[in-house]
Amino acid sequence: MNRLLVEKISRSFGGVQALDDVSFVVEPGTIHGLIGPNGAGKTTLINILSGLLPPSAGRMSYKDRDLHRLAVHQMAAIGIARTFQNIRLFPRMSCLENVQAGQHLTSRRSLVPRLLQLPSARHEDRRLYKKAMETLARVGLDDKAHYQSRNLSYGERRRLEIARALSLNPSLLLLDEPVAGMRQGEAAVVADLLRSLCREGMTILLIEHNMSFVMSLCSCVTVLNFGRVITTGSPTDVRACREVVEAYLGAGEPHA
Amino acid sequence: MDYLLQFYAIYGSVINFIGINALLGLSLNVTLAAGMLSLGNAAFAGLGGYTAGILSLHYKLPYAVSLAGGACTAGIVALIIGLPVLRLRGVFLAMATLAFGEVVRLAAVNLNITGGAEGLTGIPQATTTWTIYLVLAGAAYFIAVLRRSRLGWGLMSMREDETAAGSLGIHITYYKVVAFVVGAMLAGLAGGLYAHLNYLITPRDFGFFIAVDLLTYNIVGGIGVWYGPILGAATLTALPEVLRGVGVTAGPIRMGINGLILLLVILFLPNGLASLFSGKRSAAVKAATG
Repeated sequence: MNRLLVEKISRSFGGVQALDDVSFVVEPGTIHGLIGPNGAGKTTLINILSGLLPPSAGRMSYKDRDLHRLAVHQMAAIGIARTFQNIRLFPRMSCLENVQAGQHLTSRRSLVPRLLQLPSARHEDRRLYKKAMETLARVGLDDKAHYQSRNLSYGERRRLEIARALSLNPSLLLLDEPVAGMRQGEAAVVADLLRSLCREGMTILLIEHNMSFVMSLCSCVTVLNFGRVITTGSPTDVRACREVVEAYLGAGEPHA
Repeated sequence: MDYLLQFYAIYGSVINFIGINALLGLSLNVTLAAGMLSLGNAAFAGLGGYTAGILSLHYKLPYAVSLAGGACTAGIVALIIGLPVLRLRGVFLAMATLAFGEVVRLAAVNLNITGGAEGLTGIPQATTTWTIYLVLAGAAYFIAVLRRSRLGWGLMSMREDETAAGSLGIHITYYKVVAFVVGAMLAGLAGGLYAHLNYLITPRDFGFFIAVDLLTYNIVGGIGVWYGPILGAATLTALPEVLRGVGVTAGPIRMGINGLILLLVILFLPNGLASLFSGKRSAAVKAATG
């Protein structure tokens, strides 16, 4: 099965227990939400799942493959791509170049045919260019392909980072607050994009504080608080869970 | 034609040194383009120079084989020291590579096979202006193509953001070592050319100041494009001659003038002299510029 299995993952930083015995399953082809108050350990979990941090204890597997001790670039190679909460684009590259840099694993930009000026190198470049423009078009940035990424608006940068992750051709996408700082309309565009990716079979795990975004998009939500899973379930179940309301959603507030 | 020959007779050695320095500048450019501040390339040039010299002098190997031997020795040493040293970043990497440079210098002073402080003399003079510029053209082409290859994209991404580059599947350690080794081999090649141009190679030829000069070539010329370090090396190598031409004896004030140029470039041309030539393509150049 292509599911992502998180089993009893713990992680501590010195005396701080950031994650404590976290277990849940992300089913293939679904959008899974990860919510919880600040400091609950959501980003730490994404960092562990993308190979940036090793867990202190626990196991995780994806596509029946043990992810234990895999390095970041190996995670990318088995189809796990991610974005960052604090947006880590390549600032001195254009949008197009950011996406092209993301084609590292899906390209054959070998040196020797290039040195010999073989036509295959030019074909490959043309193919990658076309592919990159298509990816940019998917996030609605094809008209800004040659802009420097540092000149983009905040929301555009988030979308560009998603495009860069998509150029890896991943089967599992980890998004750390994909619509943070976006206007309502922009967030809706991203939601549509994620829905269409999901229809194409991609699995998405996302952290987000925008509750209307999470509740309308995700088929399953896991709630973290102080490093522990409070509950995992459908948005309706999660909203009804008393503990979640107390820890995060807040009592008596209307939820859109 | 007569005028050109006369010019070459007077300035031939400057022209040769511009070529060798440009090659050394290019060698450092590979590591700088990956965001690594290495000051070890002068030492790699020394290693290559000594190895090539010894191979020619003591083992009577043909010129081309000696050059290749020098480049490969520098590359192998880079591979060995690269694995531990490249875990360091920024100034710490600079310090470690600087220390490596001192180790190479002291080894050259104290070993018998390198001729001690006197250096290695009597190396056959096989390097000509043509060889230097042929190698330089080849190296420049290689670097220009490299930038658009898988390796080049990886290095450029790493320089921008290592964490993000890793998440794109780029094996950071591997790429760092490859860039370090390629740079060291180019430097070793330049060292071999130097040894066979000069009859002689001494421990002083590739010391600390040369290491800093290589960095200056890149910053003055521009790190972002392949011709940047060549421009920088040409400007700074020709400068003392130009100054002499206008009646200023260089010597001690050369360092001061180099520093002044460096300062002016950093203040007014942050992408180096190369940005003067890039004109309308500035977007692409900016994208590739460190």
